[in-house]
This record gives sequence, structure tokens and C-alpha cells, in this order.
Amino acid sequence: MQAFREHTGVVVPLDRVNVDTDQIIPKQFLKRIERTGFGEFLFYDWRFSGDGSKIADFVLDQSRYQGATILIAGKNFGCGSSREHAVWALADFGFRVVIASSFADIFANNSLKNGLLTVRLAEEQVTEIMRRAKERENYRLTIDLQKLRVDDGQGFSAAFAMDEFSRHCLLNGLDDIGLTLQHEAAITAYEAQHPVRPTMKNILAG
Amino acid sequence: MPPRTLFQKVWDAHVVTAHDGQSPLLYIDLHLVHEVTSPQAFDGLRANGRRVRQPVRTVATVDHNIPTTPRGLPIIDPIAARQIEALQKNCRDFGVPLFDMDSAEQGIVHVIGPELGITLPGMTIVCGDSHTSTHGAFGSLAFGIGTSEVEHVLATQCLPQKKPKTMQIEVRGKLAEGVTAKDLALGIIGQIGTDGATGYVIEYTGEAVRGLSMEGRMTLCNMSIEAGARAGMIAPDETTFAYAQGRRFAPKGKDWDDAIASWRLLATDPGAKYDRVIEINAAMLAPFVTWGTNPGMVVAVNARVPELQSFTQEADRRAAEQALTYMDLKPGTPIERIAVDRVFIGSCTNSRIEDLRAAARVARGHRVNPKVRAMVVPGSQAIKHAAEQEGLDRVFLEAGFEWRESGCSMCLGMNPDILQPGERCASTSNRNFEGRQGRGGRTHLVSPMMAAAAAVTGHFTDIRKWKFE
Ligand code: SF4
Repeated sequence: MQAFREHTGVVVPLDRVNVDTDQIIPKQFLKRIERTGFGEFLFYDWRFSGDGSKIADFVLDQSRYQGATILIAGKNFGCGSSREHAVWALADFGFRVVIASSFADIFANNSLKNGLLTVRLAEEQVTEIMRRAKERENYRLTIDLQKLRVDDGQGFSAAFAMDEFSRHCLLNGLDDIGLTLQHEAAITAYEAQHPVRPTMKNILAG
Repeated sequence: MPPRTLFQKVWDAHVVTAHDGQSPLLYIDLHLVHEVTSPQAFDGLRANGRRVRQPVRTVATVDHNIPTTPRGLPIIDPIAARQIEALQKNCRDFGVPLFDMDSAEQGIVHVIGPELGITLPGMTIVCGDSHTSTHGAFGSLAFGIGTSEVEHVLATQCLPQKKPKTMQIEVRGKLAEGVTAKDLALGIIGQIGTDGATGYVIEYTGEAVRGLSMEGRMTLCNMSIEAGARAGMIAPDETTFAYAQGRRFAPKGKDWDDAIASWRLLATDPGAKYDRVIEINAAMLAPFVTWGTNPGMVVAVNARVPELQSFTQEADRRAAEQALTYMDLKPGTPIERIAVDRVFIGSCTNSRIEDLRAAARVARGHRVNPKVRAMVVPGSQAIKHAAEQEGLDRVFLEAGFEWRESGCSMCLGMNPDILQPGERCASTSNRNFEGRQGRGGRTHLVSPMMAAAAAVTGHFTDIRKWKFE
């Protein structure tokens, strides 16, 4: 996994609440069996009309937000389907950070596994950043995971929280399967005490 | 030991290790796998030279993108076919049991687990699908995961998990005639919102919940994720045991007796504390219909599309406005005046035998409105077969419904069953997000009875006034 320490980038405001993963990446793109190449389909139904042509005013494609790496949106971002494709699409498009006042659980977990930082701020703070990102050309934020701070160098600064373990994994880009396998002895001991139920053993016989 | 909740007991029984500064490592009893969220996980195993640690704790099926046309026909969509082939190959390569397209056990992953007796009380169950919460109906801790976590469980049979908080939803009183588990679920989400339970595991309690069949409990737990919950759970009782007994992979003989004895201990102890408690009065519930683009945007069938002034929060008002534009509805429109083009009875929420019986009871002796195209998609091959034994297929076919093969179908429209732009659908599924059932499609979530009634009349109809034949 890609490590995350500090990042500075242009902020794009997606002023909507309850952005669900069906919007982030519509189902017609879930049939791919690779992890890559989802970026071009990000927010597809909002960015492209039925015939595949671009919808001009969608915020992501406005010239002033080109190259943005930080997305800010309303509460409950990433709700709905568990599809990790949503995170792959955001990351593949170039996003490193999503800021919102709340995230759906599965989306936040999936983000963590892919080095996409989800930053939770208070609703007023989100509103303020959203306002600045709309009003100021080339509005940038710096997210510092070591200090747990968001700062725009123009008077806005806020602390955010994250559980220690997730932060540790992100800072070091740790492979968490590897971490779990360090507990091999404990897992084996657990399995010895909790054998598979006999009826399930036949399942392989069909 | 202090009194514990159902959740706490299942959690405690599955903690492999809990080290300082790390999330506790939870053992996973059962991992359900389907074609859409697994290919990249298996590739990850290959890339790292890892195997599937416990193939017999892993069960795969194809459901999300398979066609629901007769099974002998080829899959027209080449990309869907490639994904199905990938799962077949992955299961072969890693020794994972697969209930394939042509198998009598095939079905929606959340339908076949319980139906085959694979899902039982007190387990930890995961699947790369958010509606894994369905299995909580048995008093298991069951939750959806992403593809990286699928890979993690395949490789280690464990997951590091932050401990969620607990929420009790106590439903007082009994559900009235015509008010189903689906309406209870929609009523709850309408009250607490689509993020009302984010970070929590819900335990449903109370008279109305105890009174539900296993099918009803699965419907209720299934929709927990739509309130943002990590999982939903219901303590196992005689209803649970009666459902599970004798199923193919359930314990037999003395093992069964021992199992029941241990399951009886799972119920929440008197005096155990939840982090949050919500009370619902069953008498306040009605058959519900969603009007917007998330399941929390919902009103009773005899109500009207809400006025924009009724939203106190600016963000909610704007969301409602966007939703009404997408849904092409005007504030103040009586729900019963809204006409539908399509009806979908199916999905892991409402495609079990009891759902089909309820819908058939409404459809019996009636005809589908000529302006409506209605389809019934059983949740599994076993349900399809059982329904045919009971003659439900005849009832539907004679009324003019399509009777299809099992799968997720129009719940998410990954297969050819989709809405056309602008089409309006009464659907028994669980998500009315923009484009969920097809780009530009307009989804209204309802119970199976309400869907069947809408198919007949051509518009939403209060099932409490229905004249059953
Ligand atoms: S029926 Fe719908 S919600 Fe259920 S598993 Fe299939 S796609 Fe997901």
C-alpha cells in the first residue's frame, strides 16, 4: 500500500450529501476483473450524458479544478454498496484525500486499504472549506497525517482525529495481511479450539 | 462477568488476539464470495504466493451479473461472462466450493447461506457485499467488506476490526395487517436517516421483531446497512431453530442438540447496556413507499410527496430538491397517484418464498395493468422450485408477470434486466439510488405486496384496502 504522510493539493468541492458508491462508480464498470483503469469512469453518470458526451458544468471537469487531488463533500460520503471499485476509481483519478463530515464505514475501511485518506471534520469546517474552494481560484490544502492537521496557509487550520492503528498503517504503508500473519500461532490455536462443523466438511464433495 | 449484549457475546467468542495499539483480530467463521468483488482479491493471493487458508469456510456462488433468462442460454455480455469464468477458475485453483450457474443450490449469496443451513446463530460472517447484514437475522455478526478485506479473509480467515458501538432498536407493539418487515425497515430508516446507525451494530428487539418469521427478520436485518449500520442482529429463538433444523449443512443429531443449547445463551443478558437505544412504535407504521433517491426518503402510501419547506436543514432541502428533479415528482403529489411502468419483485431483501407467497396472494385472480411490465425473480433455484411446487409460478404467469431464473437481476441492473431512462419502477429491492436499476431509472422501494398491487392497478395502491380474491 502507498504510504501517506503529508499531502498538498488543489481542492474540488462536491457539494452533495449522501454521495453513494453507485454514483462514484456505476455498476456497468464493475465487471472488470482488474484493480486499475477505473478513474475514467468516476462519477460517470454525473460527468457523461447517455450518449457518452461530457456534461460541461460538472465540477470535476471544470478547468479551475483540473489536477485536484483533494475532494470535499457533504455528510455520509461513500454510503451504499461495499464496492472497493469506488475507492479505486477515486485513487486512479488522482485523489489522495477525501474530506467530509462523515463517511460510511465500509467506504472508510476500503480507503484505508488503498492509501486514500478520509478526513472527518465538523460540518461547519466542511462548509467553510467548501466555500473557500468555490470562491478562491486554485485553492489548496495541506493535510499532515503526522500532526493530524488540515491547513490552507490562508487562515484556515483544523485538527482531525484518526485511530492510532490506522494512522500507523497509513504512515508506513503497511500490508495488513502481513501484519495479521504475524499472529499465525494465535490463529492456529483458535482454529484448533473451533474446528469446522462436520457437516460443512462435505461441501467440497458437492 | 458483567451482563453482555448479543453482539458482545458473538464478538468476544471470535477475538483471536487483542494487542495494544492494534485493532482486535476477529476470526471469521464463514466467508461468502461472489463474482463481482472477488477477482482482484484472488489475483492478490496469486501475486503474493498465498493460498486460501480455509476453503471449507468459504462458499462461492454467481448471482450479481448472471442473466435471469433460462439457464441453458449463453451469456450475451462478454465482460460479465469473463467475470463468471474468472470466479470458476479461481474456485478451481484455490479449492473453494462454488454453487455455479447450473447448480440446484445457486442463488443470491444472502439467500442461499441461510437456506442451505450454512448460516447459523452465533457466527461471524463476511462477504464482499454490503447486504451481508442479512445473516444477522440468525444472531450472527455479519457484515459487508471490500475487496482488500476479501483478500485478507481468504488469506488469513481473520480480519482486524475496530469494535463498533451497539444500538438497540426496540419495536413496541405488533405490526398491523399489510405492514411487513420491509415497511418496518423503511420506517426505521425514515426515522433515523441513512447515516443514523453509522458506526453501530443494531440489535432489533421487541414484540414486533419477535413476531417476525425468519424471512421477515432477514428482510429487516438486510436493510440495516441502508441506515448506515455495520450489521443488524436479532437474538436466536424457537423461530430461528425451527427454520435451521434439518437444513443441509446444519448440525445433526447430538451436535444439533448441543448447538441449540449454546445458541440459547446468546440472547442479551438482562441489564446489559447499549450505546444507544431507539424505540419504535409499531402502531405508527404503515405500508411505505420511497419518493426520493435514498431509502430514508420515504412516506406512508396514503401520504404525499413532502413539501420542500418541511426540511429544516439546508443540505437536506437541497438533497430533496435534487431527488425530486431526478424522480420527476412534484411536492404535494399523493403517493397513490404516482403511476409505474415497471415492477420488480426480487433481490436479497424480498425474494424468499414468503415474499413470493405474499405477492402471489395479491396477484391471484388479477391481471397486470397493460401499461406495466412486471417481473418476479426468485432469490434462489431452491425458492424457484418450491414456488413452482406450490403453483405460485402459475399465479404470476396467469396474472401477466414474468417468472425468471434466480439472481440479483434488476436490484442493481448489472445483467440485462434494467430500467430504461425515465422509467418508474415499484421495486422490492433495497436501494433507490440514482441510476441503481439503470441510468435515468426511477426506483420506489416497497414491500412485495405493495409491488404486486402496483403491478395490477398501475399506480401505488394502499394494500390495506386490497380486495383479495
Ligand atoms: S440482490 Fe441486490 S443488494 Fe442483494 S446481493 Fe444482489 S445486488 Fe446486492
